[in-house]
Amino acid sequence: MAKIQALEGVEPVTMIDAPARLDYTFTAGRATSRFLKGLEKKKLLGERSAATGKVYIPPRGADPVAGVPTDEQVEVADCGTVTSFCVVNVKFYGQAMECPYVCALVLLDGADVAMFGLIQEMPYEDVHPGLRVEAVWVDDNELSTTLENIKYFRPTGQEDAPLETYKEHV
Amino acid sequence: MATKGKHRVAVVGIGQTKHDSARNDVSLAGLVREAASRALEDAGMTWSDIDAVVIGKAPDFFEGVMMPELYLAEALGATGKPMLRVHTAGSVGGSTAIVASSLVQGGIHERVLTVAFEKQSESEAMWALSLPIPFQPPLVAGAGGYFAPYIRSYMARSKAPSHIGSLVALKDRQNGLKNPYAHLHEPDITLESIQESMMLWDPIRYAETCPSSDGACAMVLVGEKTADAHSKQPAWVHGTAMRSEPGFFAGRDQVNPRGGQDCSSDVYKQAGITNPRKEIDCAEIYVPFSWFEPMWMENLHFADEGAGWKMTEEGATSMTGDLPVNCSGGVLCSNPIGASGMLRFAESAMQVRAQAGEHQVDGARLALGHAYGGASQFYSMWIVGADKP
Amino acid sequence: MRDVAVVSFAQSEHARALPGVNEVEMLMPVIGQVRDQIGLDKSRVGFTCSGSTDYLAGQAFSFVMTLDGIGAWPPISESHVEMDAAWALYEAWVKLQMGEIDVAMVYGYSKTSPGDLPDVLTRQLDPYCYAPLWPDSVSLAALQAQALLDTGSTSEREWAEIASRSRASAKNNPNAQLKGDFDPDVILADEYLVAPLRKHDCPPITDGAAAIILAADDTARELSKRPAWIRGLEHRIDAQSLGVRDLVNVKSLQLAGSAAGVSTGKIDFAELHAPFTYQEVLAKRALGLGADVQINPSGGALAANPMMAAGLVRIGEAADRIMAGEGDRAVATATQGACMQQNLVCVLEGE
Repeated sequence: MAKIQALEGVEPVTMIDAPARLDYTFTAGRATSRFLKGLEKKKLLGERSAATGKVYIPPRGADPVAGVPTDEQVEVADCGTVTSFCVVNVKFYGQAMECPYVCALVLLDGADVAMFGLIQEMPYEDVHPGLRVEAVWVDDNELSTTLENIKYFRPTGQEDAPLETYKEHV
Repeated sequence: MATKGKHRVAVVGIGQTKHDSARNDVSLAGLVREAASRALEDAGMTWSDIDAVVIGKAPDFFEGVMMPELYLAEALGATGKPMLRVHTAGSVGGSTAIVASSLVQGGIHERVLTVAFEKQSESEAMWALSLPIPFQPPLVAGAGGYFAPYIRSYMARSKAPSHIGSLVALKDRQNGLKNPYAHLHEPDITLESIQESMMLWDPIRYAETCPSSDGACAMVLVGEKTADAHSKQPAWVHGTAMRSEPGFFAGRDQVNPRGGQDCSSDVYKQAGITNPRKEIDCAEIYVPFSWFEPMWMENLHFADEGAGWKMTEEGATSMTGDLPVNCSGGVLCSNPIGASGMLRFAESAMQVRAQAGEHQVDGARLALGHAYGGASQFYSMWIVGADKP
Repeated sequence: MRDVAVVSFAQSEHARALPGVNEVEMLMPVIGQVRDQIGLDKSRVGFTCSGSTDYLAGQAFSFVMTLDGIGAWPPISESHVEMDAAWALYEAWVKLQMGEIDVAMVYGYSKTSPGDLPDVLTRQLDPYCYAPLWPDSVSLAALQAQALLDTGSTSEREWAEIASRSRASAKNNPNAQLKGDFDPDVILADEYLVAPLRKHDCPPITDGAAAIILAADDTARELSKRPAWIRGLEHRIDAQSLGVRDLVNVKSLQLAGSAAGVSTGKIDFAELHAPFTYQEVLAKRALGLGADVQINPSGGALAANPMMAAGLVRIGEAADRIMAGEGDRAVATATQGACMQQNLVCVLEGE
């Protein structure tokens, strides 16, 4: 193929900057809406699946095992058991927490799935599976429809939960 | 044995790019063409020999291009041909190769080009992963933060000593030195340097994580007639399997997920394998964090539950062990996400074709390629062999 | 080729925005219906494939969440295409051709309401030369429409009649979004949206979902009294760049239609995925459909255009009519990409 003569000796374009911005307005969905509205009242509303009897929190609208909607609302406790955790030492995009911090899987009393939560008010090296923790909420006048109403979880001081109570979750 | 309606399929061409943190020397089209041209050259074919193109990649937000195959159709010679685009999260490179295989196995096409890629540098600062997930606080801190608690659970369950993760990282990085296409070439790496690297998501250290890479991989898959006429050793596909399960449900075992167990049982059965550890000569498995090697050894039925880490510790998974794992350096050396799974599939095929160069396992006849994605919930696997199934 | 048929089809209501529900909540009833109406237990489904796109959802890995809505436990053999679900149906059909499974489920969905669709679709274009200019999907279609108009072989009047007929047909479609009686003379008097296109020439923006069950051989006969057999299924892609394409002859659709054998028998009706009125003219020409062929009895994409599902809906609508005995041979198409870049053709027959 003949070379394009005019391009000989021309600096190639190696990079262009093409900023893009798209805005989206998300629909939370029925189950998440109910959950978020509960949070505004300091309630943790899970949903029970009629098909399997399991309580999901945060509810996502479906029992993933059966593929059917969950629609019985169940209030679960704002305390629970740490099933596993990780100590985060890396700043991640859009994240406000000071490193290191502990991100744990917390099995709330009355729920059948663990949810991610921040653990504070204890040295991170002391966090361990079985640790009993409770939610620390924002002040009542700051409550809104967000999971960020729970600032973090802190140890309750109770004895560790026996492994049998959360074995299915580790 | 091919069943009624199912045709034999083999890999006769393999190509990959040099993987790097930013391939600023090529466009998206240039990147995929680099891999595809090499695969065609290996197959002794030209673009016009190809009947259909199957392309895969992980989320489109990584490059900021929606359904980029529409733009890449010309570059991949697909104009006027059928083109499919697969996306099954991290397992996509493997799933894409499987869809391409099924086009031949289903008797639809004779020569299929399959390509997978990711150009993570194209979109600024991992824009895709920084997208806020609606209605969820940004707590988990990325894939490492998500998987770390499960790795901790694995360590607790199996009583694995804490240095196993570092042993895997050392092995894969040293293997990577033998692979000219690998992104990370770290000749000075030692067990000590890995153990001294920063603890990012305790228990995961920096040196035990995969890099973020630009790269592509391509293969030419053909029917029996074409493979028989081919001058080079083909890699015959002995089995393919995919499994998916929900990422989040009550009672889910995320350390040893059933999806992976079922998927491997299925693919072994298709290949007539009853003792995978003995019969399989080497494996390329998806290990983005080093601890996944022992976890997957158990999930893939190479070791009993709780004993996967012993394979690593004993050196069974090293190049000289009885089941060399990730001789290419694996995902720990190169991670162009969408292509990572196809690289596992392609590297396993390179082994049985005896074209792996310095990281070749002597006499490899049967190999496993493995990929997984999402919350350890999407699996794709194949078994390739030097002999016809 | 193995005989494979559509044996069940279900779709959601289609609307500009389905308020209150997220993707999985929108999809779940459709999945339930497509299985239940033929009494199919989910354990009989040997392969599942879906079509959707992250850019409409505004989230990476968006398809992962909808897996929650299909009951993927014990683990299932499953795949996903970032394409209209008509191509997911193609992938499932290929799996059935391999002879190892007898039943497959396909679904597609999108909520286009969260983002601005014409803007979002600009992200499909060449990222170096075109996407930075943000040419929206309606303007690109208008370029193609003008090129077609310039050939002198169609007219804005013909397009208005297509819009009018489509939305009148949709009156019989309980799921359609835009339906009713529109006098071509009246709508022709409207201002241009982007010349030469008026609002009625454009598809509505739609949230919606659809699902299909495919079955092979005797299993199809067991699951349906009159299965809609797939006698041809082909797809092709054109170059993206408009400058290298013949905009008024959709080559990929011609190639797919001819390979699928559209013209080897009489077609009773067609479900054409032609989101813009003028594209129906292009599609009919590409497939060689005569004036005797009834077009889009469902109302087509001009009545509801749920992205990533609308092509699958065309196949489902055609199959439903075949299964109901309202015709013996039909063609359905799917299109995606700017100006009909990529096209799929499915020929369906009753027995």
